[in-house]
Amino acid sequence: MRRVAATAVLAATLASCAGPRPGGHATVFAASSLTEAFAALARAARPGRGISITFDFAGSQQLAAQLEQGAPADVVAAADRATLEGLRRAGRLAGAPVAFATNRLEIVVRHGNPARVTSLADLARTGLKVVLADPRVPAGGYAAQALAHAGAVVHPVSLEDNVKSVVTKVGLGEADAGIAYVTDVPAAGGEVTGVAVAERDQVVATYTAAILKDAPHPGPARSFLAFVRSPAGQAVLQRFGFGPP
Amino acid sequence: MTLAASLSVRRGPLRLAVDIEVGEGEVAAVLGPNGAGKSTMLAAVAGLLPIGEGRVVLDGKVLEDTALGTRLSPQRRPVGVVFQERRLFPHLSVLDNVAFGLRTRGEGRATARRRAEEWLARLGLTELAGGRPEQLSGGQAQLAALARALATKPRLLLLDEPLAALDVATRAEVRRELVRHLRSFAGTRLLVTHDPLEAMALADRLLVLEEGRIVQSGTPADVRERPRSRYAADLVGVNLFRGRARAGVVELPSGGRIVVAGAGVGEVFAVVHPRSVALHRQDPEGSPRNVWRATAERVDVEGDRVRVLLGGSVPLVAEVTPAAADELRLAEGGPVWATVKATEVVAYPA
Amino acid sequence: MRERVPVWLVVPVVIGLVFLLAPVVALVQRAPWSELGHELASGPVRTALRLSLVTSLAATVLAMVLGVPLAWVLARSEWRLLRLVRAVTLLPLVLPPVVGGVALLLALGSRGLIGQWLDRTFGLTLPFTTAGAVVAELFVALPFAVVTVEAGLRAVDRRLEEAAATLGAGPWRRFWRVSMPLAAPSLAAGAALCGARALGEFGATITFAGNLPGRTQTLPLAVYLELQTRPEVAVLLSLVLLTVSVVVLVALRGRWVGLGRP
Repeated sequence: MRRVAATAVLAATLASCAGPRPGGHATVFAASSLTEAFAALARAARPGRGISITFDFAGSQQLAAQLEQGAPADVVAAADRATLEGLRRAGRLAGAPVAFATNRLEIVVRHGNPARVTSLADLARTGLKVVLADPRVPAGGYAAQALAHAGAVVHPVSLEDNVKSVVTKVGLGEADAGIAYVTDVPAAGGEVTGVAVAERDQVVATYTAAILKDAPHPGPARSFLAFVRSPAGQAVLQRFGFGPP
Repeated sequence: MTLAASLSVRRGPLRLAVDIEVGEGEVAAVLGPNGAGKSTMLAAVAGLLPIGEGRVVLDGKVLEDTALGTRLSPQRRPVGVVFQERRLFPHLSVLDNVAFGLRTRGEGRATARRRAEEWLARLGLTELAGGRPEQLSGGQAQLAALARALATKPRLLLLDEPLAALDVATRAEVRRELVRHLRSFAGTRLLVTHDPLEAMALADRLLVLEEGRIVQSGTPADVRERPRSRYAADLVGVNLFRGRARAGVVELPSGGRIVVAGAGVGEVFAVVHPRSVALHRQDPEGSPRNVWRATAERVDVEGDRVRVLLGGSVPLVAEVTPAAADELRLAEGGPVWATVKATEVVAYPA
Repeated sequence: MRERVPVWLVVPVVIGLVFLLAPVVALVQRAPWSELGHELASGPVRTALRLSLVTSLAATVLAMVLGVPLAWVLARSEWRLLRLVRAVTLLPLVLPPVVGGVALLLALGSRGLIGQWLDRTFGLTLPFTTAGAVVAELFVALPFAVVTVEAGLRAVDRRLEEAAATLGAGPWRRFWRVSMPLAAPSLAAGAALCGARALGEFGATITFAGNLPGRTQTLPLAVYLELQTRPEVAVLLSLVLLTVSVVVLVALRGRWVGLGRP
């Protein structure tokens, strides 16, 4: 669970000092894999629409749990369809969820690939320390799907509760490899590199978002969501490696 | 079994500098007021306190010598200590307390316990062997502490105010036991106390310690009859003067004069027992060679005696009967004449 | 003189008690008791519980082994650096556990300061292992052992140790035969507090040791993850942890937690 409020709130504060804020403020709960992209979207939304955003980034399942416990938020964006489906059935959404981006899996290894991992099958190698996201996390679910399809039986050394932690553990050198999204690799800087997952085993993750029924700021929320789906917003997402919905 | 300790210790405001010897078969007691340095001295001999400068030799074996830089830690000294607060181990039974010193010397548990039982029996504490120290009365605890110290057969036994923590009734009883066991102890015995009764009863030789220094050393009778310090004199309850003797007269620094039979010449102590002082309303004529005009500064009725503190050229404490006091119509601050026969003044070289 | 509680104190006292009790009461009240048996019998819960007990026990033992000498030094020695030593031993108390986990990674991780050497010399890696979970728990629990035992050692009457010396006991013997037995209650209390803290550790464990059922997924981690998908199970697991904590507190009965004798 990561709060990047520092970035967004700072941006928001600076924005509010700079000039009028006609657009208002919104709280967005987003999957951790959206961290960098959504922060950029927030920065882009500020001058144009005057909206300031506060984020809560965490594994999608964690976000759902928080919302179920009554955490106040305006927008929720998850890395799958299931999370929002669950929220919709629980009557928490103001409208139907919309797909706004896609993502694909990638094997994450340390810079230079010292363990010489080239495919999903390699992850089953004995002695290789592999980190995955917990199956409850969308990324973990997708990874399990891909591995099953590739017929690779992997014994991970840890099941992280969000996909960013997977990348961190590999980057720190604690694990030799992991499975995350393609968008996570460049975000992590030079510590890690990505190894492509074979197309036939690839899983497409569909990201969905929705406004929450009891959103405190429905106006700015709708504004932000509209921006995310607009060509400008999509361009930002694609810059980070996401695919179109 | 002899102890020769010449040491100086600095502890806070106290500067202790003593040179004592306890000979074969002697029970020596260091007598002194609180704060004189008695416990400090004991702790130094036991090795629990470092000596600033000096030497402690027991039976010819050097326990500590600052000049040579040698020092035996307390556990290596054949010294047993009976502490005033007893310091029995609360987590051990009385039996295990007594056996402690034997176990540390390597004896097996069974043998140590057996020997401990013997000691407890000697001190009449057998029924209390299995109990805890907290269940013992003051007197019993003191004897248990004694047993614990004796069990290791030390060459030097140190006792720190062994009866001080007991109430008056128990004190007499424990004192008797103590005398008995001290007599039968084979090593050197040194105790410290502020209680003259304790000292007189237990010791063969007294060492009077005042403000860190030994001011007198002698048998109890010596100290009683010829005190050489204010403290000793107070203990015994006599008036003590120090002055210059010449032709049968002792001249005091304050200017007063005491006529003494057979004083000799030079620096002397003169002792006058309070009861030897007779008081009169007017200047008496007659045989007493010592006649002083004095003021009755304080009059205290103490049971069947009246103590009068006299101020004047020869300050004295006098003791008279209540009847005599009535007759004199003594009043505080009032004038009175004090007389002492020359033969009742004891003088000895300082 | 027996003091009656002044009226003006009653309000904060009541608020404080309610504040502390309410979560516990809520936990007990909302727990799906009917499922308790089934869940306890199930694999994941039992695994997490067993793992937690094993790791916290190991962490406690190690904490005592390392903590007692530290406590001794703090209680008895006259080093000038003593204040520094004390600050260092108390550090994990003030460090947020996750920060502690990160620090442990940097020190004992595969590329860490000491971790590298451990890996090269002994082939020993700590992250992602049960030993790593023990280390994480040890890190946060050690100060509890040190502080409690130090207080106990300070309370030992030095005069008793002097008496032991006059009876021929050297420093080692005095330590084992006099000081330790007299400080024993504080050792027990220290171990109990330590164990409770180790059992409840989360942040350092998940960061340093990771999360894998049966190997590093201790009870607190299981609670955290279950909360995200099956809150009822999380509540049950929390109850288990709560029970253990209560047992520890009752056993301690207020001694050596700064409360004196109750």
